[in-house]
Amino acid sequence: MEKNYSLPADHDLFPEGAQRCSLMKFTVWMGLVGVVAVWGLYAAYKVLSTGLGVTALDDYFGFGLWITFDLAVIALGAGAFFTGLLRYILNIDPLKNIINLTVIVGFICYSGAMLILVLDVGQPVRAWFGYWHANVHSMLTEVIFCITCYLIVLIIEYVPLILEQKQLNRIPLLHHIAHNLHVMMPLFAGVGAFLSTFHQGSLGGMYGVLFARPYVFRDGFFVWPWTFFLFVISAVGSGPVFTVLIATLMEKMTGKKLVSWDIKSLMGKIAGSMLFVYLIFKFMDTYGWIAHILPNAGLTYDQNFYGNIYGQWLLWAELGVCGVLPCIILLVPSLRNNPALFYSAAILDCIGVTINRYVFTVQALAMPVMPFDTWETYAPNWAEWGSSALVVAYGAIVLSLSYRYLPVFPQEKKLNATKA
Amino acid sequence: MQAKEFKVKWGMAIDIDKCTGCGACMVACQAENNLSPIEDASNKIKVMNWLVVYELSNKKPFPEHDVAYLPRPCQQCGTPPCVSVCPVIATDKNEEGGIVSQIYPRCIGCRYCMAACPYHARYFNWLDPVWPEGMEKALTPDVSVRPRGVVEKCSFCHHRFMMAKDKAIVEGRDPEALADGEYVTSCTEACPNGAIVFGDLNNPDHQVYELARSKYASRLLERLHADTQVYYISRREWVRRQLDNYLDNEKVKG
Repeated sequence: MEKNYSLPADHDLFPEGAQRCSLMKFTVWMGLVGVVAVWGLYAAYKVLSTGLGVTALDDYFGFGLWITFDLAVIALGAGAFFTGLLRYILNIDPLKNIINLTVIVGFICYSGAMLILVLDVGQPVRAWFGYWHANVHSMLTEVIFCITCYLIVLIIEYVPLILEQKQLNRIPLLHHIAHNLHVMMPLFAGVGAFLSTFHQGSLGGMYGVLFARPYVFRDGFFVWPWTFFLFVISAVGSGPVFTVLIATLMEKMTGKKLVSWDIKSLMGKIAGSMLFVYLIFKFMDTYGWIAHILPNAGLTYDQNFYGNIYGQWLLWAELGVCGVLPCIILLVPSLRNNPALFYSAAILDCIGVTINRYVFTVQALAMPVMPFDTWETYAPNWAEWGSSALVVAYGAIVLSLSYRYLPVFPQEKKLNATKA
Repeated sequence: MQAKEFKVKWGMAIDIDKCTGCGACMVACQAENNLSPIEDASNKIKVMNWLVVYELSNKKPFPEHDVAYLPRPCQQCGTPPCVSVCPVIATDKNEEGGIVSQIYPRCIGCRYCMAACPYHARYFNWLDPVWPEGMEKALTPDVSVRPRGVVEKCSFCHHRFMMAKDKAIVEGRDPEALADGEYVTSCTEACPNGAIVFGDLNNPDHQVYELARSKYASRLLERLHADTQVYYISRREWVRRQLDNYLDNEKVKG
């Protein structure tokens, strides 16, 4: 057969029937992302070789950008476990059109978070002590167990997609492995939902048990503080729309339709419903915090805020502009089906959960608990930004390669044929 | 939460009215416990000091203006916020007179304990400890030097406790019944005014027993129920008000 030189050099590797940009264009894009990754790798190298002294963290802010970043990406990556739960356990079939992307985004978020944690702990070589000397009373122990187990589940969920790559799938053994893994996927979706629920919760629980930090301390329900549940629900209230935003960004960059509007709208409706549930509990929690926890600690509401950097605007932005507003847009069909409003709501929703994770991490530590102590401020430096950018670049690389070579979007062929 | 109780409970009574803020306790602590100097010691929230002297002010204009100094070692809480959160049991509250321990070779450096402690009593080794030439010869041999990447804190000079116990055992005495003054921390020893008194809070023969029960004694952030083993004594009401978060309408004890 005659060779078609108008096709990209690597077209044999593309998913069946898919069109992709030229290899040169793809290489330039990967090069740009690679520059960011190299900067991040240098930052990571400096941190590991010199120590955490190169960061802007200090004895006040043992937790800073990295933990905020970790908590935020893990919340935003919740689309993976929650969509998996809805697709495989509750049998909401249309979600099959976005489930591959949610798995990839989840994998990137969790593996990226672990990458950051390797930098964040002072003794990365001892990270396995979390299993060996596990303190069953520590919420962080639960996080360590669940996050690693869940990453393994995500890898298991990602593998069949890789094996479905056109050339790999021609090998009978790999084809059968992929098929059988697909058959077993409801089991992994269930295990993943269980693990992810508990570690999302434990991330919140980590703060809720800090009884000497009234900004984040919450009374409990059995062994769990309220923050345990708030973190889980807020994650599932934002994760699905984050996946939709990623899909839309990919559509803008590739110029192709990848996910149909009805699927995006369904994801928005799911996120909006969970956000609604979350906001009910969050407002109750905020009232309980102001009316009981703060007075018990001898603090007033106003003492929890300082200047612009730690001002009340953060609370109102989180609850109002990035909470109630997107919730209304996502729940009302006429508003949700307006793309501009829908995407704005999705972005606000994701910003809201990020603000929540930020204030729990940074403002909670900045606030003086001893009456004669002072507010301290924290701004991350290049080493922290660089290594965080490394994770973003790593995510972009994984997503780009997956999109180019793997059958991620089942609707792509149909949607673009219709368009043509 | 129930505070952990032991037969022997080592504690401190610090008389704030006697403290002049000279900093001798900080220096003694630094030298005794092999706290490495850091390059930029002006960075007060990255510098190593297991014991910090805070300046308190009544915030009134002259001539009513008044200041006080509050030395703050680790408060050795009865219900330590740091212990339950550590994922690897690197820190624990044990039989050693209720001193909250810190196992440096087990710490993974997650700094969760630092986030939990409202007293800022825990310190992280941000960089490798470097000792100026010659200074390494002055290190205390009984105190381990901590590597980069672990959290450390005041241990009430635990090595001195070990030595006092060893001495008592050699002399055929009960190591659980040390006499007053037989085991004291370096800051206690260095204080020129005798503002810091150290001993067994459960032993009526120790001076600290009576001082901790004084009507002028109170503890830092008592209402958080950390049940600390460090008592502060002041006859000045405004000082006692600043030890805990007293609301304006609340009456201070003592």
